[in-house]
Amino acid sequence: MNFILDPVAAIGRAFLGIVRKAGALALFALAGLSHLLRPPFYWGVFFNSLIEIAFYSLPVVALTAIFSGGVIALQSYAGFAQYHVQSAIAGIVVLAVVRELGPVLAGLMVAGRVGAAMSAEIGTMRVTDQIDALRTLSTDPMKYLVTPRLLAGTLALPFLVLVADILGVLGGFTVSVSKLGFDPQNYIIATFNALKPLDVIVGLSKAAVFGFIISLMGCYHGYTSRGGAEGVGSATTAAVVAASILLLAFDYLLTDLFFAS
Amino acid sequence: MSALPKIRIRGLTKSFGSKTVLDGIDLDVEAGTSFVVIGGSGSGKSVLLRCILGLITPDSGTIEIDGENVLTATPARRIALIEQIGMLFQNAALFDSMSVADNIMFGLRAKGRGKAHRLTKAQAREQAGDILKQVGLDPTVGALAPSELSGGMQKRVGLARAIAGTPNILFFDEPTTGLDPIMGAVIDGLIVDCVKRLGSTAIAITHDMASAQRIGDQAAMLYHGKLVWKGLASELMNSGNAMVDQFTHGRKDGPIGMELRK
Ligand SMILES: Nc1ncnc2c1ncn2[C@@H]1O[C@H](COP(=O)(O)OP(=O)(O)OP(=O)(O)O)[C@@H](O)[C@H]1O
Ligand SMILES: [Mg+2]
Repeated sequence: MNFILDPVAAIGRAFLGIVRKAGALALFALAGLSHLLRPPFYWGVFFNSLIEIAFYSLPVVALTAIFSGGVIALQSYAGFAQYHVQSAIAGIVVLAVVRELGPVLAGLMVAGRVGAAMSAEIGTMRVTDQIDALRTLSTDPMKYLVTPRLLAGTLALPFLVLVADILGVLGGFTVSVSKLGFDPQNYIIATFNALKPLDVIVGLSKAAVFGFIISLMGCYHGYTSRGGAEGVGSATTAAVVAASILLLAFDYLLTDLFFAS
Repeated sequence: MSALPKIRIRGLTKSFGSKTVLDGIDLDVEAGTSFVVIGGSGSGKSVLLRCILGLITPDSGTIEIDGENVLTATPARRIALIEQIGMLFQNAALFDSMSVADNIMFGLRAKGRGKAHRLTKAQAREQAGDILKQVGLDPTVGALAPSELSGGMQKRVGLARAIAGTPNILFFDEPTTGLDPIMGAVIDGLIVDCVKRLGSTAIAITHDMASAQRIGDQAAMLYHGKLVWKGLASELMNSGNAMVDQFTHGRKDGPIGMELRK
């Protein structure tokens, strides 16, 4: 019997574990958000995180976007050339970048950079008693450490994605004009014809959700880390992995929500 | 009749899993006095302070500050009671994303007592420099990051941060560990000064008997989760209790065996 029941029990345990974790995460997120409504708000921490996320992620996000836009142009040219619909390439580039590649690639890049940094910083504070020290200094650690970061992540990502959108389109434009011999003016016109405001809005909304997820994962895994430097290390890995997976899952859900109909 | 003790603990117990760390602690600390807790490594001294600070929830017992049970108080009251406590952590727990001066200014501004929280940045910076001098550090140290300090210096900055807000209650977790004997004496003097001048109430954990006698009014020894001895700090070296004797004189043989610690 055991060889049947054991796997079932294991699956059940794993499932319960996930439910428990999801519940803990939801409570953590709610606690972090609830401090938005209760002063004080730590503007200094907020601006520092905002600069850390938005400004210092610019180079990686920019490079990723430029090359992805260029690759899309190349790939779709290779695929479409035989059907003589080269003019569609501008549209493909702009829609791919604005709807998907911009938010997802910027999100993944920031998840790697910022998710890891946040969980390492907060995790180190946890294992060296700095979070306890905050409490003894009349400072709510959730309010001080988590709430400003959640807000900063949520606001920074749409900005980064906007930059990624522009540079991604620019990458596609550069490749199309300089390498594939397109007419610049026609390319630009085709780009704007293909783009609808809704695409931009949805892309940026996705970005806000991704930014929140990244900060939440970084803060949560750091805040709950245990067991010295090794614990902080695994919290950091967990934060990046969880943020990346959740980000892709939410990307699917949001895409389904907005574009399926 | 003596007044209400500042801190009153009854029947405090705390276990981690199957390991009982605190096993029915009773403790009174009179206002304006300092209480020294000694005991072997891993005997639960730090856990005791953390329980009072609300950083660890005990399994049972009561902790009263000014006669009010911290554990059953409303969250707002609990915070108000605990906010009176300034804490020097065993590892100093300095905020390593801030400079030394910012750490102390955090202490100055965080506690809502007096005018401290209404200080301008410049005033706070100047006060931070003064406090650094009090703990025997040059004010220029304020510009450094905690990671650039030696362990003993970090300890002193931790002390500076804890006393910056002139709290009513001060907890010191091994304040002189890692300091040279002279600096240890200076820090002891500072602690005594805080207690006497500010009228604060203190609990200090220490392994340093000279220090215990300098700073303590009362003393107790924690062993196997219980306070096995309580008395005057001045009696520590000749308490008449075999365990305390063995501990304070650092003897290998005695009632405290060399059992492996769990
Ligand atoms: N958060 C925790 N989870 C599990 N066990 C803990 C925790 N905190 C402390 N302990 C255990 O409680 C016991 C007492 O720890 P504590 O830190 O209070 O010792 P201590 O008396 O301060 O020792 P030292 O003099 O070395 O600082 C130890 O065995 C420790 O392993
Ligand atoms: Mg300790």
